[in-house]
Amino acid sequence: MSENQEHAHIVPYRTFFLVWVALLALTAITVAVAQVNLGPLNVWAALGIATVKSTLVVAYFMHMKYEARLFKLALLAALAILAIFIGMTFLDVLYRS
Amino acid sequence: MTVDHAAAAERGFLAEARRPGPFGWIFSTDHKRIGLLYLWSIVTFFCVGALLGLLIRLELWAPGRTIMDAQTYNAVFTLHGVIMIFLFIIPGIPAAFGNLVMPIQIGARDVAFPRLNLLSWWLYIGGAALAVTSLFTGGGPPDTGWTFYVPFSARTTTNVSLATVAVFILGFSSILTGLNFVTTIHRLRAEGMTWTRLPLFTWSLYATAWIQILATPVLGITVALLFAERVIGTGLFDPAQGGDPIMFQHLFWIYSHPAVYIMVLPGMGVVSDIIPVFARKPAFGYKAIVVSSLAIAFAGSLVWAHHMYTSGMSDLAVMVFSLLTFIVAIPSAVKVFNWLATLYQGSILLDPPLLFALSFILLFTIGGLTGLVLGAAATDVHVHDTYFVVGHFHFTMFGGTGMAFFAAMHYWLPKFYGRMYDKTVATVAWGVIFTGFCILYLSMKIVGMMGMPRRYWDYVPEFTGLNQLATAGSWILGIGLVLMFVNLVRGVLYGKPAPANPWGGATLEWQLPSPPPTENFAHDPVVTHGPYDFRKAGIL
Amino acid sequence: MSGHEHQDYTGAKFGMWLFLFTEVLLFGGLFILYAVYLARYPKEFVTAGSQLNVWFGGGNTLVLLTSSLFVAVSITALRRGATGLCLRLLGGTVACAALFMLNKFFEWSAKIGHGIYPGSAHLRELPPGETVFFNIYYLTTGLHGLHVVIGAIVLIWTMALIKTGRVHANDWVILENAGLYWHLVDLIWIFIFPLYYLILH
Repeated sequence: MSENQEHAHIVPYRTFFLVWVALLALTAITVAVAQVNLGPLNVWAALGIATVKSTLVVAYFMHMKYEARLFKLALLAALAILAIFIGMTFLDVLYRS
Repeated sequence: MTVDHAAAAERGFLAEARRPGPFGWIFSTDHKRIGLLYLWSIVTFFCVGALLGLLIRLELWAPGRTIMDAQTYNAVFTLHGVIMIFLFIIPGIPAAFGNLVMPIQIGARDVAFPRLNLLSWWLYIGGAALAVTSLFTGGGPPDTGWTFYVPFSARTTTNVSLATVAVFILGFSSILTGLNFVTTIHRLRAEGMTWTRLPLFTWSLYATAWIQILATPVLGITVALLFAERVIGTGLFDPAQGGDPIMFQHLFWIYSHPAVYIMVLPGMGVVSDIIPVFARKPAFGYKAIVVSSLAIAFAGSLVWAHHMYTSGMSDLAVMVFSLLTFIVAIPSAVKVFNWLATLYQGSILLDPPLLFALSFILLFTIGGLTGLVLGAAATDVHVHDTYFVVGHFHFTMFGGTGMAFFAAMHYWLPKFYGRMYDKTVATVAWGVIFTGFCILYLSMKIVGMMGMPRRYWDYVPEFTGLNQLATAGSWILGIGLVLMFVNLVRGVLYGKPAPANPWGGATLEWQLPSPPPTENFAHDPVVTHGPYDFRKAGIL
Repeated sequence: MSGHEHQDYTGAKFGMWLFLFTEVLLFGGLFILYAVYLARYPKEFVTAGSQLNVWFGGGNTLVLLTSSLFVAVSITALRRGATGLCLRLLGGTVACAALFMLNKFFEWSAKIGHGIYPGSAHLRELPPGETVFFNIYYLTTGLHGLHVVIGAIVLIWTMALIKTGRVHANDWVILENAGLYWHLVDLIWIFIFPLYYLILH
């Protein structure tokens, strides 16, 4: 059929299984870290681990690793805009008199 | 032109319906039919919105009650805003002319997702129907203004809840158009249609579509939260429950400021396409115009809080957003200078499309520069929520996008109907519109500088003279609009046959017969020159 | 996305990704509010967050991660011609969705039983920061739950297409896009779980 099929990568079962194991492990880690009082760092640790987890999901489960560069750039643009929206809102929220 | 071409030119896609009667339109997935569906729906809502605007002006003829009471006035200006913003100016150029022209300009047979495209029109009509329903059901027509600011919108007994549902659905329609266009422009360009050969109109739609995709969902969640606040009392913006009403303004403008670039970028694209054709010169600074479109789309996402200087947000935010606002002026000015440089020493044909495009440049520049008065925090505090603001955004939105929309109608309708309107009448209509426009909105700016607040039903007697001047201007403008639309409709129905390329354009749509056949291109085109290379296109 | 009229798989996938971006930005509005209110009410968020049951949240995390695995594997299965396996995996995903919603039902019921729900008298008596936390918790998990239901419906529809042979080893893009949507539901939950259930300090 179309030319797209040829370079569309078939990901083996094993890769998915390993990613799943890693996701479960990271879930356990995030629960464990939350029990320790790190002050404000708790939220950042939670967000950091969640970012690693979501990167795994996006890269493997959602095949982003095997997609063209356009897909990756577009994803980055969307996330950058979201980060800007959140960050610039804090210009107001953190500095109100 | 071959015989086949001539035969197709008889009626083109207009005669090639797959289903009988109206079903051939409302269930068609042909981008041209969807474009015309959008066009006439949008023109209809524009006329309704303009009529409401005339009523507002009539009420403001004199202080106190003139033709309606204060509550009705609140509902009328809310409705005027909602219709003009969500039903006319946001879908305006992309959904109507983007659908009609963009696939042809890139040498495609249709958009990437034709059925999604049809769904998008249906959502538009559904959203519009709900918005109209909200007038006659529940506690009466919404009276919040189109911005739905809390806490008033969360408490008023009028039918704001249904209106928010309508806005949500209209937003979804806009998102579908945006993702369709981005995918189409990436995937369906003809052979040889490189990124630097893309017509500037298509480029502007591309930049716009990204804003539609990335900003519109924030409006969706904002109105959804307002709905939840009204219906189940979630109170995220209610100080009594720990919420922050200013956060509503942040979320609202995170969408609605980028949205003004959804409104104006396609208009800039229309002007960028028209000016080279009527100056018989390649667009000056093609790449600068492209980059400025993308820069406006990006920088426009960084300035939303300049609508909120007097809201009580932090001083730091006021300063940063004020500075960033000035940055957006740079790419806008880049475009204006490029258009002027294109016209310079051109062989100018003063046809109706160019007249409207030229008035875009003048009026948008006035609107943009007065926007800087509002973008500078210090001066904004003085004129915030006065008629100066109303004058400003009518100059950018109506003087800008509105004029570009009319320019697009005069430029492309002969292509899609194969019939030419009366150019003399169109020129006269343009003159009347331009005159009425300037009287109406310049008066508003002046009366705003004098301190007349917006959104009020009443005013002090000192402002009477300028208000009457504005109202008189609105009548002139109204007459001009009627003249223009009647002339266009007459042209579409009974006009003289239009040739394939009445203006001498070099973009792909002018290589097809008027009106084009359903499949656009009998053979996929191979593009060998740029969009404004009139020599290689054989026009010069 | 839309069916057999075009064969452009990359275009179809790209369109789906663009749609997913809009979903990310939709939830993004809620995450902006979460971030702002967390910055304003850090103590109240801990007090309120500690009242959420980590077992419900953690259990549902496992359910969703596993469901995502099923979907991912089902695509490989379909493309290798193992249609039966693919359908069983998708059935498993739908079962996971049902389990997730069941969990959510019990979790919400318990909270509502304690008088904690939007607009309740008890919620309004709490300190403002705690009220905000529970309101935004209900809105975010509610919107997410809605997406779980929509995702499950989309997957059931895809299963029907596979059964009728409309989607098969050589024409799988609908399954791919349905899968992408389902993974997004998982992605959102990956952030909801720590931000709402693990905010203990």
